[in-house]
Amino acid sequence: MFVSYKWLQEYVDLTGVSAAELAEKITKSGIEVEGVEVLNEGIKGVVVGHVVVREQHPNADKLSRCQVDIGEGEPVQIICGAPNVAQGQKVAVAKVGAVLPGNFKIKKAKLRGEESNGMICSLQELGMEGKIVPKEYAEGIFVFPADAEVGTDALELLNRDDEVLELGLTPNRADCLSMLGVAYEVAAILGREVKLPDTALEPISEKAADYVEINVDAKEDSPLYVAKMIKNVKIGPSPLWMQTRLMSAGIRPHNNVVDITNYILLEYGQPLHAFDYDRLGSKEILVRRANDGEKFVTLDDVERTLSSDHLVITNGTEPVALAGVMGGANSEVTSDTTTVLLEAAYFNGAIVRKASKDHGLRSEASARFEKGVDPNRVRAAGERAAYLMAKYAGGEVLEGEAVADTLTVEPAVVSVTLEKINRVLGTDLTMKDVEEIFARLQFETSVEDDTITVTAPTRRGDIKIEEDLIEEVARLYGYDNIPKTLPIGSSTPGKLSEYQKKRRVVRAYLEGAGLYQAVTYSLTSEEKAAQFALEKRDTIHLAMPMSEDRSILRLSILPQLLEVLKYNNARQNDSLAVYETGNIFLANGKDALPEEREHLAAAITGLWHSHSWQGEKKPVDFFVLKGILEGMFAKLGLTERVTYVQAQVDGMHPGRTAEILLDGEKIGFAGQLHPSVQKGLDLKDTYVFELSLKAVLGAETEALKYQAIPRYPSITRDIALVVNRETVSGTLWEIITNTGAPLLKEATVFDLYEGDKMEAGKKSLAFSLKYMDPERTLTDEEVTKVHNRVLAALEEQAGAVLRG
Amino acid sequence: MQERLRELQQEAIQKVEQSASLKELNDIRVAYLGKKGPITEVLRGMGKLSAEERPVMGALANEVREAIAAKIEAKQNELEEAAVLEKLASESIDVTLPGRPTKVGNQHPLTKIIEEIEDLFIGMGYEIAEGPEVEQDYYNFEALNLPKGHPARDMQDSFYITEEILLRTHTSPVQARTMEKHQGKGPIKIICPGKVYRRDNDDATHSHQFMQIEGLVVGENIRMSDLKGTLEVFAKKMFGQDREIRLRPSFFPFTEPSVEMDISCKMCGGHGCNVCKHTGWIEILGAGIVHPNVLEMAGYDSKKYTGFAFGMGPERIAMLKYGVDDIRHFYTNDVRFLKQFAVEE
Ligand SMILES: [Zn+2]
Repeated sequence: MFVSYKWLQEYVDLTGVSAAELAEKITKSGIEVEGVEVLNEGIKGVVVGHVVVREQHPNADKLSRCQVDIGEGEPVQIICGAPNVAQGQKVAVAKVGAVLPGNFKIKKAKLRGEESNGMICSLQELGMEGKIVPKEYAEGIFVFPADAEVGTDALELLNRDDEVLELGLTPNRADCLSMLGVAYEVAAILGREVKLPDTALEPISEKAADYVEINVDAKEDSPLYVAKMIKNVKIGPSPLWMQTRLMSAGIRPHNNVVDITNYILLEYGQPLHAFDYDRLGSKEILVRRANDGEKFVTLDDVERTLSSDHLVITNGTEPVALAGVMGGANSEVTSDTTTVLLEAAYFNGAIVRKASKDHGLRSEASARFEKGVDPNRVRAAGERAAYLMAKYAGGEVLEGEAVADTLTVEPAVVSVTLEKINRVLGTDLTMKDVEEIFARLQFETSVEDDTITVTAPTRRGDIKIEEDLIEEVARLYGYDNIPKTLPIGSSTPGKLSEYQKKRRVVRAYLEGAGLYQAVTYSLTSEEKAAQFALEKRDTIHLAMPMSEDRSILRLSILPQLLEVLKYNNARQNDSLAVYETGNIFLANGKDALPEEREHLAAAITGLWHSHSWQGEKKPVDFFVLKGILEGMFAKLGLTERVTYVQAQVDGMHPGRTAEILLDGEKIGFAGQLHPSVQKGLDLKDTYVFELSLKAVLGAETEALKYQAIPRYPSITRDIALVVNRETVSGTLWEIITNTGAPLLKEATVFDLYEGDKMEAGKKSLAFSLKYMDPERTLTDEEVTKVHNRVLAALEEQAGAVLRG
Repeated sequence: MQERLRELQQEAIQKVEQSASLKELNDIRVAYLGKKGPITEVLRGMGKLSAEERPVMGALANEVREAIAAKIEAKQNELEEAAVLEKLASESIDVTLPGRPTKVGNQHPLTKIIEEIEDLFIGMGYEIAEGPEVEQDYYNFEALNLPKGHPARDMQDSFYITEEILLRTHTSPVQARTMEKHQGKGPIKIICPGKVYRRDNDDATHSHQFMQIEGLVVGENIRMSDLKGTLEVFAKKMFGQDREIRLRPSFFPFTEPSVEMDISCKMCGGHGCNVCKHTGWIEILGAGIVHPNVLEMAGYDSKKYTGFAFGMGPERIAMLKYGVDDIRHFYTNDVRFLKQFAVEE
């Protein structure tokens, strides 16, 4: 809502309060003023001029040579390019020395050999937006009414010596979608009076009810429909002051009748519609739901197909308006109109919303109906409009109204105790303080003991419960005056849950290990949604996505992380390590919420280590990735419960991928991207993992417990084993540890040889075995006994023989 | 004989002094003090001496020997020291060359902000509550006093999956769920961080996915003044002790009264500048006293219990705190952006 500071003064005395101060006060008491526009900022030296002579420019077809009286002695010569400039016009002249928006300075000039002393201006050149300029002046200069006085300040005449406050209204404060509503609010803030506009007029003796009968079928949708009749109107421009006020509020002037309905919309917040009575073709107005498939041409000349969800105004048979949204081309006011049927109605917000949404016709009018107009202001708005049509369109207002009224308006009566007000706000107010606040708001009150009962005026439809009253008290008392305290009462220990704590451990570990945390989108494309998914389920689609790329909830994080690598790679960062923790979404059937499972994914690419001047370059490989995982599981106390099994995963290198198992259950995978996937993304060798963080962090672990540091020495035996190439070290390790227990404490691989000294299809794996007894020193013989058992088992179970 | 010994001593010492290497020195030692050396030879001729002269001469010979040996040792120390110094000199490096990089990554700036806020409120006795990102219309709207057809639903156009299921538009449903779980009893103090989704085109100031942190306190005597005090503690810790806060009335369907909190602009010290749109204040969060309908729907007796709630956007806070100018940076994950947040503050 745009509020003109000058206009507002018609209703509230603003003496001593500048526009900026007013903006600050309004903001602090509940309606955010999003900006204050000074309309004549950066403009000076523009006066009203009289075009005494207009001739063709001797050297240019499209230019006029004008002699313009600007009230400074002899007329001055001005060359003008506007097509509509004409002798006898009163125009806005930027004199030599004037400044126009954009710091455009007007100087003496010669145009095609002719002297020009100033510029005749269009409204756009005076800083107004083209879309609010009256159509007849949109392509040329603006022409003042003939009575404009030569030499006076043109900006003042155009009401540009004004400031406009832009109110950011929350849905509950629809009352401030009108100048009067704002006036009540400002009056309450300043503790001043509200002056209501004039409506008093002498109607002619003919009765409106004799001209038209109102019938309403859809009483729920249209509980109040009032028609005023105005005869003998003369369509023409509305007064300049009205046009300028409309323009300040962002509305383009048309003609007096239409401008008056728009003016009332702004002044009262009540949308009105003017029909050309003679074009209605009947003496009846029937308000009903449209028929399914009914056709109707709105005044923008678009044919609309209606349904029974839409409310229409008809002449008894044909629609003449889409209620609250737009009138029809068939009954529109034209320059020939003489009799106006003026509609002032209360339409249900939901039905107007439906129609404006279905037909894409959001307007100032529909927005007000949707948010709810003041039922007690409908008739007053009609009276005021009729008054203005009599005054500015030469109309004669018929007596009374034609009406269909089933609206019952009960103002809200709400009570609250002083104790409750003070308890909720933490204040120490007296009943007198509270009464005074409601008096300023012009709410009626009565007090009994500790309870105040408030009757809220119908313009404030947002006041319904005692908390609404507390809010009114709080905002007008001022939040600055409310003390600062901290909650008292039983204290609660603040803490992270076990899961949250461990999640932070994982993140901190990964960052310490060299990975950057990424955050990507949950919504993705059909193509990416299920790529690398640990579990295949139906994908979850948005009903109305904004784009194909963001239409489905992800089943895995990796595709987005790979996008991150691709993005960075394209920007000269080809060595990168990133991870992300976040939910993936598993469908549970159409009507149930999906399962949300937190996943952890990581991707590393390019060089893992490089030290430029020492010439070291170590690219990422599987074991870098696995080392990161092992470190993480060690941090979580899960080292011995996690195993890796060679696996095939779509999109992954068939020979360099492992499934990760926790307590034997699959929780994720790790490995190299399939070379074709890498190529598609233009990446170097890239290693990735994705696992269920929920499973990892959810695993119960035992409390940390100290284990005695061994007091006796251990004995180490190193063995080199020859096995088939397919035999994995994990298998040998398991045989060793199983057979060697309990004396065998540790077995580690320390060499792998697959070179040409080996027989084809064989490889050598070397292990270091550490034996120890925590209670005593072991003898060589004891160790040899166990060691031989281990060797025998290796040969028997894995065909592993000692390398000769 | 005596003279010969003195001569040898002088000669040896001179050679020792002239020697330039340990090897040379060793040669001198062998030459003069060795079994085949001249001193031994001189001593061999002692048989010719008288009994009185013999011990005198023996003593002298020893004296000469020791003098030479001492000189050699001294010289040896000197040479060794020089050798060490020379070695050290040859080992010197350029300490201004860059070190071998230790691999480090860091938190995403949004996580950094969220954890900072979490920790701040944990210190004030709050727990961290989390909930689903895909929600029922009931928890996202209805339980928060936003029945179907409520005009405020327009404020946050949503991504629906079915008529009843949507991507949550705020983390408030976590509050509704937490209250419901408490079955109308006892105090609640929670912070709810998480991802939320709205139908916005991604541009410099909008993102269809973003973070939100909400707080909820429910108890028997929770007041607006408690909200004001709590928010001041938060604002000062997060943005600096010298910042002022102000509350402005506002509107949210789930709180009544509702407020917005501004902090004084750091750029201009409250005098007005471009950052604060010439108001001297910067909007940080929305808050209010929990609407009685919300309490009642979750099973709390609104006559007995009151509460306050607040909600803020980590992106906005990060943008203000770090001066980030485009919200899309948070989701593009350009490493040149991410690595700027390595410093622990
Ligand atoms: Zn500022």
